[in-house]
This record gives sequence, structure tokens and C-alpha cells, in this order.
Amino acid sequence: MSVTLIFLAGLAVIVGWWLSHQRLMSKPWLEEGAIADMPHTEASQVPAAKLGLGIFLAVVGALFAMLISAYLMRRDLSTDWRAVPMPPVLWVNTGLIVLSSVALHWAHLAVRHGDMKELRQALLTGGVSALGFLVGQVLAWRQLSGAGYWLATNPANTFFYLLTALHGLHVAGGLAALGSTTLKAWRTADTGRVRLSVDLCAIYWHFLLVVWLVLLALLMRWVDDFIEMCRPLLS
Amino acid sequence: MTDIPMGDGPAGAVPAAEVPEVDLYHPHSWITKYVFSQDAKVIAIQYSLTALAIGMVALVLSWLMRLQLGFPGLFSFIDANMYLQFITMHGMIMVVYLLTALFLGGFGNYLIPLMVGARDMVFPYANMLSYWIYLLAVLVLAASFFVPGGPTGAGWTLYPPQAITAGTPGQEWGIVLMLVSLILFIIGFTMGGLNYVVTVLQARARGMTLMRMPLTVWGIFTATVMALLAFPALFVASVMLLFDRLLGTSFFMPSLISMGERMAHRGGSPILFQHLFWFFGHPEVYIVALPAFGMVSDLISTHARKNIFGYRMMVWAIVGIGALSFVVWAHHMYVSGMHPYFGFFFATTTLIIAVPTAIKVYNWVLTLWRGDIHLTVPMLFALGFIVTFVNGGLTGLFLGNVVVDVPLSDTMFVVAHFHMVMGVAPIMVVFGAIYHWYPKITGRMFNDWLGKFHFWVTFLGAYAIFFPMHYLGLIGMPRRYHDIGQLSFVPDSAHTLNAFISVMALIVGFAQLVFLFNMVWSLRKGKEAGSNPWRATTLEWQTPETPPGHGNWGKELPVVYRWAYDYSVPGAPEDFIPQNTPPLGLAAEGGHP
Repeated sequence: MSVTLIFLAGLAVIVGWWLSHQRLMSKPWLEEGAIADMPHTEASQVPAAKLGLGIFLAVVGALFAMLISAYLMRRDLSTDWRAVPMPPVLWVNTGLIVLSSVALHWAHLAVRHGDMKELRQALLTGGVSALGFLVGQVLAWRQLSGAGYWLATNPANTFFYLLTALHGLHVAGGLAALGSTTLKAWRTADTGRVRLSVDLCAIYWHFLLVVWLVLLALLMRWVDDFIEMCRPLLS
Repeated sequence: MTDIPMGDGPAGAVPAAEVPEVDLYHPHSWITKYVFSQDAKVIAIQYSLTALAIGMVALVLSWLMRLQLGFPGLFSFIDANMYLQFITMHGMIMVVYLLTALFLGGFGNYLIPLMVGARDMVFPYANMLSYWIYLLAVLVLAASFFVPGGPTGAGWTLYPPQAITAGTPGQEWGIVLMLVSLILFIIGFTMGGLNYVVTVLQARARGMTLMRMPLTVWGIFTATVMALLAFPALFVASVMLLFDRLLGTSFFMPSLISMGERMAHRGGSPILFQHLFWFFGHPEVYIVALPAFGMVSDLISTHARKNIFGYRMMVWAIVGIGALSFVVWAHHMYVSGMHPYFGFFFATTTLIIAVPTAIKVYNWVLTLWRGDIHLTVPMLFALGFIVTFVNGGLTGLFLGNVVVDVPLSDTMFVVAHFHMVMGVAPIMVVFGAIYHWYPKITGRMFNDWLGKFHFWVTFLGAYAIFFPMHYLGLIGMPRRYHDIGQLSFVPDSAHTLNAFISVMALIVGFAQLVFLFNMVWSLRKGKEAGSNPWRATTLEWQTPETPPGHGNWGKELPVVYRWAYDYSVPGAPEDFIPQNTPPLGLAAEGGHP
């Protein structure tokens, strides 16, 4: 569970930093009067949707941290673990999701500049490449199962399918939001009206890219040496 | 979906708390007002009634278990399989579908917007979906009573491999429905939880700093944050167990020989499941306890007419308990076989949690000290909570120690401990809180005499049930056994005690019907409550209408000038000063800074 605990410790640092700015040392029973006397304690000015997304991503992060913990524990516990050969199409998929994330960043900049044409192009690029990523993942599944690596034949396979499926579900959910944003962008000429939606999609996309890169590093076993190195510290 | 400006365009600068009334989502028909409502208050009532309804099912299950334990063999329709199914469903319903849903979905929805001075939750649509997914989860769970093989009998911890191997009742359908229901519950809860957290962070009224929030809000807020981070562990565990059950994978399933044949599973780890389960399961205890701590603080302060002693410490204790509860999970696994150093670590953290918890108890007692205690029904329940919580907490110190836990594990002592601390104590708060806030929700008072009758029977009865169980545990009576038969180390007196406990359980259960009757009867016939019958300071009692209308505050949002506990202030005209009463100097200028 060390991965989960490290993830939660990271969150705890953020929460602790935020709490340290909330005058937790004050004596509220002595402080009568308007809030103007107490700077920086107002409700947050961040749009509710952005704050909500941030917290949702923390929950999704906890979910993947938990899965990675389970992955590592299960792998170390068993003698039946046979590593899966990674289908090469994953490289293409990684390229696509990077492209998608870059496109969303481009969209984020286009909104800032108020350039609707560019924004539409960027959103479309982001959406199509994300869709390509999903198709590519299904292809990877087909190649694996075609080569006889079924879901239940080995825990390594199972984890591969489970991790990619959950990640893919999150991408699919994001695509629904991106689709509605793109539609909105087509119906209006005012970039201000879609600014928040585009920003939210961009944050979500960057997050999913990071999660994918972590999963890829884990599945490709690039980080094995690192984990091995950390083991004496963790257990 | 509402069109509350959430940052699109220039309106993004307006915090949700200050969105004018006209921008709220307005229901247009009976269906959207009372059924598919996006008003947090209606959603709260939907959550509460659903939770109470499924809770009644769990109550009846506990009766059936007690009938079997008290009078073994007398009720032939309860066989060993059914007994295990009753245990499982009783535990899961009470912990997840009743207590978690009631505290967070019920009280959280009703109280958070009103107590922080918001018009509604910030994502009303997701809030509505949260309830409907919760209802679906409850229905899926209830459906497992009617499928072939019945509900799962794996125990509420659902430990594999027994949860999914042949021979465990409900192995065919019950376990699948249970896991699907849990997954649904978590998805629904996450939607609601986002609302509770963001509303507290973002939609507070002007002047409502974090340190001016009532402890109820602090408790529910912290518990929600914890739940959002702990439930993913149960989600992962449920999905993986479902894979093992349906697709033949081996996350948790070791190599097994079943019915003389080698099963397809290989090499999985049941311990892995225990880690994931208790990583959710232990924070869950505090997810239920923290809202209870918060509410009981408000109840005590209001009904003792005194400010809460050590408010600041109470806040720190809530946050501290929330953080600590994530590093104690393995104290449920002392007997699973772990490295002794781990046992030492988890015993230490477990015992350290007693420190902030004790701080809270001291502060409640010191709040009561020299208070003007009104023995109203909510206050009686609050006092009942403190006593019960101390009792249950003390036996927790026993069980937190590895050497004591090992012999007591899987005896009735553990059952007694967690029912005191996690069953009776939070239920005391649930009742106290319902009696306390009912006048705001309905505009009517409960019948006082029936309320007091309900309290005394429930309180004394609960002690008659769970106190003797400690002794049963100490003499070695095992838990989860359908019939202990003629075990030589269990004396005859234990059987007499078991019969006594069962009779008391029936009596306490029937006393809850008095409460239900009172709730329904008072809805029409109760005394008119007025807007602030308890003369309380917090914002929810200062609404222009009782019950509060849609949007809570009429035309103008409240402005907060003081903390939540200004009771019996020397020199003040009354013995309470509401949070939105301006200081004397400001009042002359019209109340706005």
C-alpha cells in the first residue's frame, strides 16, 4: 500500500498548506465583526466547476494509486506472474494521447487569444486523436488476446486489461465532455462562453496523460529497478 | 442542468454563494419539485427516508439473528446459511447504506447549504443523480434477497476466497449483486461528495470563515473528504473480486481444491483483499463518527446554553483524526499473519488516535460543566452518545493492542465493542439530530413525552443488549456462529444471558416504532415550532421561512459576523446571539460592512 500512502501524503501536504492559510490558529470566539478584518478567508474565487474537477481528479488519482498498489503487491506475492509482451501499437497510442494533450493545450491558448477558428481546429484535433487512442487500445487488446494472452490466464494479463480498461473508461468519459464543448464551440462565436469548459477539458486531458505515462512505465517495466531500489525503504 | 454561472465569461468572478436568487434552478412541476428535485433539502429527505427504510430491514435481520442466538433450535426456519446471510446483510446495510448515507447524504445535504449560508449545493444536478444512483444501489442490494441462493453470506467483510467459492451461501447471485451494489453506491456517493466539499469551500456566505463554521459542518466536510479518498479502495476491491467471481481471474483467489477438483484460480492473495478492504473499512468508522462528533457538539452547546469548550482544539482534533485514520487499517489484520513490526506500527497509530478522540470527549464534558443544561430529547440523546462512546472507546484500547486482540478476536467482545462505538453511539446522534432539526425541516415539534420514552427504552435497552456481550466474549463465545451448541468452555449461564439479550433486542426494536409513529404523527399534529424553537445561533435557524423555501434565504443572503457558539454572552440582551447579528457598532449602519 506504499504507493497509495505516498499519493495520500502528497494530498495531505496540499491540504495542510491550504489549511495553514485558513487562520486555524485564530480565536474565533474573540473575533466579532465583518470579514474584511480577516484577509484571505473568503470562500474561494476559483470557479466551482474547476474546484470540483480538481477534487474529482484527486479521487481518480486515489483510485489509480490503489490499483498500482494492488499491482505491485500481487506481483511480489506470487510465483505465477508471467510478464505480458507489450504490443508495439502502444507506442502509437502513447503518441496519440500526447498529441491529444498538446492539442488541448493549444485549445487552452486559443481561448486565451480569443481565436475561434484555431480553437475549433484544436478541439477537433484533440478529440480525434483521443478517439484514435481508444481505438488503438482496443487494437492492443485484440493483438494480445489473439496471441493467447487471455484475461484470466495470468495475473499480469488481468492487470493489463483492468488498468487499460479503467483508464480507457476515463478517456471515454472525458470525450463526452469534450464533445459537448466542441458542439458549444461550433454554435457560438464568442470564445469567452466556452473558456471554462475548454480549460476543464485541458486539465482533465493532461491528468489522463500523466496517468497513462505512469501506467505505461509500470507495464513496460521501466521502473522495476527503481521499485527494487525503494523496496528496503518501503517494507 | 442549472445555469448557475460557473465561470463562463465575466460572471465567473461571482462566488456561488452570491449568485442571485433568480439564477437558481426552478422546478416547474410536482415531479421536478418532489421527485427529481435538485433542491438539496428535498434530496436530503429522500436520502434519509431511503436509508431509514433499508435500515428497518437491517433491524429485522438483527432480530432474526438474536432469535436464533437466544433460543437456538426454536425457530427452525433459520438455518446456518440464513444466519450467515442475515449477518452479512445486517452489517453492510447498517454501516454503508444506513449510517454513511444518512450522515452524509441526509444530514450533509440538509445542513451544509443552510449552515454555511449558501442557496443550494453547487452542482444540484449531480446531487440529484447521486440520490438516484444510491436508490438504485439499495434496490440492487435488496434484490439479492429474492434471487436464487439468496443474498451473500460471506460476512460483511466479504473476504475471499470464501465469498465466491461453493458452499458459501449466496455464492451464485448474492455476492455479484452485493459487489455491483457497492460499486453503484461509490459512484453515487462520489457525485454527492463532490457537492459537499465544493459547497463548503466555495459557497460560504460572506463572513463565514472556516473557523466560524459550526462543528457539524466541519465533521461532515472532513468525513466527506475521507470518504472520497477511502471509497476508491473498496471500489478497486469490489471490481477485482467481481472479476475473480465472474471472469475466473486470480487477484485474490489462491489455488484451491473444491469438491475434489482443482479450481482454475492460481496464486491470488486473500491478504491483498484484506488490505484493500480495510484501507476503506477503517476510515469508514470515522466517516460515520466525525459527522456524529460534529453534530453532538452543536447539540450540547445549544442545549447547555454554553459556547463549545475548546472550539479550535475540536477542529484540529477532527482534522487529526481524519488524517490518522488512514494509517491504522491493518489493526483489523493482526490475526492474518503479518510482520511483527507492522503489528507494532499499527498498534501504535491505533492507540494514538485515542488522543484527539479523548480531547473531544473532555471538551464535551467541559462544555457541559456549569452549563444551563436543558434535558430536552436531543440533549438526552447527546448525553447518551457521550457515555456510550466513552464505553466503546475504552474497549477499543483493549483491542488495539496486539496481544489482547489475538485471543479476543472473533469473539463476542469484538461485536460488543464495535456495536457500542459504531452502532449505538452514532445512532444516538442520529436520533438526537433528528429530534433537534425536525422542527426546522417540518415546522412542527416532536411529541416530547413519546420522545423521552423512546430515548430511555433505546438507551437502557442498548446497554442491556451490548454490555453483557463483553462478558460473553471474555468467556470465549465466538462470533458468527449460528449455534454454539454444547461447547464445554461456555457455561450454561451464557445461554441464559443470550436469551436475555435477545428479549432486550426485541424490546429496543419495537421502541423504534414509537419513534416512527412520533415522526409521522407530529408532521400533522405536532406543536407549531416557530423558526428557532431551541434559540440556537447557527444560520439554519435564521431562515426567513420555516421550513426554508427553495433557495433558502429569500432575497438576501445572510452575512456572518461571529462564530457559531455565542451563548450566554455576559451583557447580551438574550442568552444567544445568532451568527448573522451584526456587532452593536455596525447595526446602526444598517448591518452591512
